Amino acid sequence: MTVEFQLNGEPVSVAIEPRHTLAEVLTRKLRLTGTKVSCEAEVCGACTVLVDGLPVSSCTYLAYEARGKNVVTIEGLEDKNGNLHPLQQSFIDEFAFQCGFCTSGMILSAKALLDENPNPTDAEIIDHLDGNICRCTGYLPILKAVRTAATAMENYS
Amino acid sequence: MTPLNRFEIHQPATITEASRMLLEHGEEGGCYAGGTELLLALRHRALQYQHLVDIKVIPGLNSIQAANDWIDIGAACTHRDIERSPLIREKLPVVAEMESHVANVRVRASGTIGGNLCFAEPHSDPATLLLALEAVVRTEGESGARELRVDELINGAYSNSLEPGELLTSIHIPVLLPVQRAAYVKYQIRERPALGLAVVLDTPDGGATISQARIAIGCLCPFPRRSAAAEEMLRGSREEVEALIPQAAEVLADDAELIDDNEGAADYKRHLLGVFLRRAVARALDGA
Ligand SMILES: Cc1cc2nc3c(=O)[nH]c(=O)nc-3n(C[C@H](O)[C@H](O)[C@H](O)COP(=O)(O)OP(=O)(O)OC[C@H]3O[C@@H](n4cnc5c(N)ncnc54)[C@H](O)[C@@H]3O)c2cc1C
Ligand code: FES
Ligand code: FES
Repeated sequence: MTVEFQLNGEPVSVAIEPRHTLAEVLTRKLRLTGTKVSCEAEVCGACTVLVDGLPVSSCTYLAYEARGKNVVTIEGLEDKNGNLHPLQQSFIDEFAFQCGFCTSGMILSAKALLDENPNPTDAEIIDHLDGNICRCTGYLPILKAVRTAATAMENYS
Repeated sequence: MTPLNRFEIHQPATITEASRMLLEHGEEGGCYAGGTELLLALRHRALQYQHLVDIKVIPGLNSIQAANDWIDIGAACTHRDIERSPLIREKLPVVAEMESHVANVRVRASGTIGGNLCFAEPHSDPATLLLALEAVVRTEGESGARELRVDELINGAYSNSLEPGELLTSIHIPVLLPVQRAAYVKYQIRERPALGLAVVLDTPDGGATISQARIAIGCLCPFPRRSAAAEEMLRGSREEVEALIPQAAEVLADDAELIDDNEGAADYKRHLLGVFLRRAVARALDGA
């Protein structure tokens, strides 16, 4: 079957099998390798992408579900002039990653939060990112990065 | 990445058509909603379906409706739909609150309440709360429509009483009476809860006495259940009730088949029951 959807703002049309996950289609067929797959059990969040603004585990989400929808991956965050999204910048500035394997998912999950709730409390950030696991940072730099980005995004559109 | 075995996806226009498709494919087919459990089961070859019937495309299966004294939640509503529904937040905040802590944001965005109940995974939050709220699930199949209690639908770990071709269509929940106070508490350190406990307390005098209690427990036993004996113990003045909480928790533990699993040993769960029964009663009465 063929699915058509918006990928990072551009229309795409791709031949898939019903059994293909969105992660497989993104990384293998469309060669967007920024999406990482780790647990394949919807637990770690490394594979998080946004579908119509909502975070999903692309490891266990059929590409079939993307039909007609708007998919955003980490590759879609910088603006047309190549400027990083405030969340990408704040993750760098706050040292919010080491190995980087969780980072795409963390940033996309945080983006879903900030798009809906531009000024979250620490408790809301922690609650929202509860399902994104990081083995390196100890989470505090991530929390700080999301806070920093929230402030930066007040002046960003 | 572990590939899934091949399957076809079917898009029924109506519940009747979905039911027909399921009957046609028998053991080789199944309902597909959010896929958050089903795709994992297929990946690990615990289920081997060649035909998935995508019930999300059936119009109306994800609606939420309410009247004065009840709420109806369509089986294909996601946890997120329920958590965010203004109707549910207003009329049954205990349900919205419980839903906002199911799994993680991603599972809440795709996973449905119908899939949660039908899969009958022992660590379900909605099943336990809905049992205490005396919700009724509605089903439709070849032999017509049925209404079942949650403990009639879920008849074992990973086991439900749906007949071949039968779908869960909606969940009908009575809204609390003015004298009723409800709370759902859970405890977890990993991705699924070790304990879920719901209470619905009737208090005609603003919390000073409890005239009737319903208690449901889940996660620490193979499927959610109530205990008439424990409920009987939680009647009387608040002081009397609070004094009996440790014994009521023991009765709950004795009545349930507490299991050793990844979330903890049975002994530990027995201990948790005492702690969380006290918290649930306090939360229901004090709202804290
Ligand atoms: C990492 C993780 C953590 C989780 N944590 C929690 C938690 O803390 N608390 C909790 O309660 N749950 C938890 N869950 C379970 C989650 O709530 C369920 O995965 C989800 O609700 C299932 O819904 P679904 O639409 O994805 O079902 P699917 O995976 O699509 O289907 C599940 C099963 O139900 C059947 N089915 C689906 N809909 C119907 C229907 N309408 N009629 C008949 N049969 C149907 C399918 O055939 C399949 O067998 C967790 C899940 C994961 C993966
Ligand atoms: S790889 Fe998808 S959630 Fe871990
Ligand atoms: S930076 Fe290594 S897992 Fe998060």
